[in-house]
Amino acid sequence: MPRPKSKRSSTTSGPSRRTSSAADSGAAGAGRPDRDAGVAVSGPAARTRRGLSLRARRTLSAYTFLAVPLGFFLAIRIAPAAGALVISLHRWNIVGTDQPFVGLANFREVLSDRQFWQAAANTLRYAAAGIPAQLALGFAAALLLRRAVRFRGFFRTVYFVPFVTPVVAAAWVWQWMYSPNFGPLAMIAGRLGLPAPLRTPALALYAITALVVWEYLGFQVVIFLAGLEAIPQVYYEAAAVDGARGWDLFRHITVPLLNATLVFSVVYATIVYLQLFTQVLNMTFGDPGGPLGNTATIVLYVYTLGFQRFHMGQAAAATVVLFAALLGVALLQLTVLTRRVEY
Amino acid sequence: MARTLAPRGPTGLAASDRVPRRSQAGARWRSAAAYLALAAGGVVVVFPFAWMLATALKTPQQIFELKFWPSAPTLDNIRQVLLATQFPRWFANSLGVAAATTASVAFFDSLVGYTLAKLRFPGRDVIFIVILSTLMIPTEMLVIPWYIMSARLGWIDTYWGILFPGIMSAFGVFLMRQFMAGVPDELLEAARIDGLSEFGLFARIALPLVRPALAALCIFTFLGNWNAFLWPLIVIQTPEMRTLPVGIALFSGEAGSSWHLIMAASTLAVLPVLAVFALLQRQIIEGVVLTGLRS
Repeated sequence: MPRPKSKRSSTTSGPSRRTSSAADSGAAGAGRPDRDAGVAVSGPAARTRRGLSLRARRTLSAYTFLAVPLGFFLAIRIAPAAGALVISLHRWNIVGTDQPFVGLANFREVLSDRQFWQAAANTLRYAAAGIPAQLALGFAAALLLRRAVRFRGFFRTVYFVPFVTPVVAAAWVWQWMYSPNFGPLAMIAGRLGLPAPLRTPALALYAITALVVWEYLGFQVVIFLAGLEAIPQVYYEAAAVDGARGWDLFRHITVPLLNATLVFSVVYATIVYLQLFTQVLNMTFGDPGGPLGNTATIVLYVYTLGFQRFHMGQAAAATVVLFAALLGVALLQLTVLTRRVEY
Repeated sequence: MARTLAPRGPTGLAASDRVPRRSQAGARWRSAAAYLALAAGGVVVVFPFAWMLATALKTPQQIFELKFWPSAPTLDNIRQVLLATQFPRWFANSLGVAAATTASVAFFDSLVGYTLAKLRFPGRDVIFIVILSTLMIPTEMLVIPWYIMSARLGWIDTYWGILFPGIMSAFGVFLMRQFMAGVPDELLEAARIDGLSEFGLFARIALPLVRPALAALCIFTFLGNWNAFLWPLIVIQTPEMRTLPVGIALFSGEAGSSWHLIMAASTLAVLPVLAVFALLQRQIIEGVVLTGLRS
């Protein structure tokens, strides 16, 4: 895929970097032909002063560079992931000292917990409402921005602001906007004959989804804009010469060529929505997940179970289930969504 | 009729509007409609900030009046949040944690990315796959073992405890490896012959060439850590150690319905970010595109 910013190559690094580095290497090579030739002849088996072959020396430096990072990824990523599996098989109460092995009992308890299934269903509901809304609005805004030549940069910046805004602060602002009687969003809902959204079980989840969509809209716009700019102009021109019009161009050029961007957006958004936590906790702070648990997500469920009720074993079991679900979704998306990419 | 045909000429194609226009007037209308829709969307996007600021500048009585902007804006709420809470401390904590994490990620991820892209050694592909596979592990699965580990090692409620999970990122390794692959081998070979050490090759030749990608990674990492909530909420116990998101959340939770104070705290958290964004907006947005499309 061509780099979207190639039009401004003088300021970005891409092409200019290439040429300058090629020139550098050429100059360096030309400046010292004698040394260059010397090593080229002796090859990888050449002995250095320390008596190590060049290859062994390079392997040594590679592992020196990798030692700390490898230790990190093993100790802080892989071992804890295995640890979560181990913990999920034990009754692990943070205050007690013994952690008896209980087999799959934690999984049985979690999977028979009504709240777990409610949180899982809610999480899917967030994704089902938020992802299409975010993609559709983001796409519409990107298409509009393609038309708006004059203030494109300005609008792009404005739409992007929520993405860099601290999430916690934004969640409290939105909670206040939903406040019954005084919040503007609650007033609008009132005009429409609806009750205060955040306090109404049937609406609360969608009220929170609106915040998430608001937050990620600008990101989506920027990604779509880059994808649209990467479509070679000649395709449109060729199709126009063949007599293709607006909708045909859109359907047969824009959409198929935007497929990679779409796949990325869907995968990224899925990861965001399946792991919702901060927005939900902060918008329902006094009673996380709502009185009936109708806004609780899987991660919120894990948090309350593990860190407020201290049932670490059960919470770990829930995360193992979440992990399996995420893995399944990732595989499904890879097979379903990448099918049409080859054009 | 002549007007309808005119834009189809070479000038029509050269214009950035790629769809051949049916008529000049129609195009003008559609362009106006586009601006109108964009402006309406912009108002919706910006409204929460205006509402936040308006509330932050109101007295407790004015909050419950149906007037958007206070007739006599007051800075009392801002002052009260700054004086009565440890807000400056939380801000400094967040700044320190995010800066340290970003520096660490920038160094290690680019070093690993360079090593995996440019050095040939046994085990390279296995190591790359192992690091990449950790991307699949959700943070939620790790926080429980991290917590138990931190409790045993005495890391609870320390700065190290807050930042240790983020000092490297598999995503960053992947990103930097992609960009390091574009560094020409001949250039490295020439510098190697000139007697530069292996680390020198990385630091003095390869790293300057991937600066845009590195900047993008830094921006992403800083933003992510500035906003980090779940793990800091778990590992922090005393008010002095709170990061900004945790501080704002717990302060707001205790403030009840003192929305003038909650919004003042939010304003204080949002304004510096907006100021930095205003300065660096092009780099930030392009960095997001760069990292987004490469992944």
